[in-house]
Amino acid sequence: MHELGIVFYIIRDVKQAALEHAVSKVSGVVMNIGEVSTIIPGYLKDCWRWAADKEELLKGAELKINTIPAVTYCEDCHAEYGTVAHGKICPHCGSEHTYLLRGNEVEIKEIEVPNN
Amino acid sequence: MDPVKIIEIKKSVFANNDTDAENLRKELKTKGVFLLNLMSSPGSGKTTTLIRTIGLLKDRLRMAVMEADIDSDVDAIKIKEATGIESIQLHTGGMCHLDAEMTRQGLDNVSMDRLDLVILENVGNLVCPAEFDTGAVANAMILSVPEGTDKPLKYPLMFSICDVVIINKMDVLPYFDFDLEKCTEYIHMRNPKARVIPICAKTGEGVDAFADWLLEKVQDWKQQ
Repeated sequence: MHELGIVFYIIRDVKQAALEHAVSKVSGVVMNIGEVSTIIPGYLKDCWRWAADKEELLKGAELKINTIPAVTYCEDCHAEYGTVAHGKICPHCGSEHTYLLRGNEVEIKEIEVPNN
Repeated sequence: MDPVKIIEIKKSVFANNDTDAENLRKELKTKGVFLLNLMSSPGSGKTTTLIRTIGLLKDRLRMAVMEADIDSDVDAIKIKEATGIESIQLHTGGMCHLDAEMTRQGLDNVSMDRLDLVILENVGNLVCPAEFDTGAVANAMILSVPEGTDKPLKYPLMFSICDVVIINKMDVLPYFDFDLEKCTEYIHMRNPKARVIPICAKTGEGVDAFADWLLEKVQDWKQQ
């Protein structure tokens, strides 16, 4: 739903990084996207294509997505389990005292620059 | 030689916004201005609740409202006509939420030096506004009876970031299968600290409890 807004943030951050590293062309951007980050990878890529092609620095650059599986931790039985399959309630002991360990990342991992 | 060179970034897309929000909160603290971020789905009664709340607090606090919408200025006009307080409309340019930078730009257009409280009425949406820290001192949300008991389960992030959850349209409770006790339980499952306040913005019932909560928060913020 808010993928376009996220794309504008990514573009801003990549432009900043390009400036810092004196880079004039970016060929790829690698993202870490958590499974429960509410980002839909397909939408993010579509929005990226539309917005990135408007920027000289990013024209044709590919957005690559690493999906980070969501894992929840149970404070009562200390088990870790898959968030998508089981949600908030621990499948091992039935406790509600759980919290997300990872899986809500929306992170720029790295950018790829043509080597010439 | 590899065809591409890799530059490692490893930075959250929200990092800049979080820094902007933190800076904005510091500035608000220095100026003694409290910013409340009010969120909900469309049609839950944000504007009506605000008009009631402003009516109760008008003599005690100097207030302004910033209305954020994708388009139109009906809400800003409605607030101004109903309460007489300063009210401005922000357009998000198609975006489904406000971020700290947009909030900062909005604040540049209200008379901050003469205010105790600014209320930001965020875009009607239970998903995106929860992801972006606006720089507000407190977050409030409204859930209305017709939306259903299960919303805290479906939109966990929104409920987990709110200091107060207002349950609006309590007058239509007999017509809906809404279970206030169950809903409160679901809210506390996501956020044990959330204060739950049932109201009816149309009649004004219960709004005083929210106004009292807000007044106390504003006074604490200015005194601390």
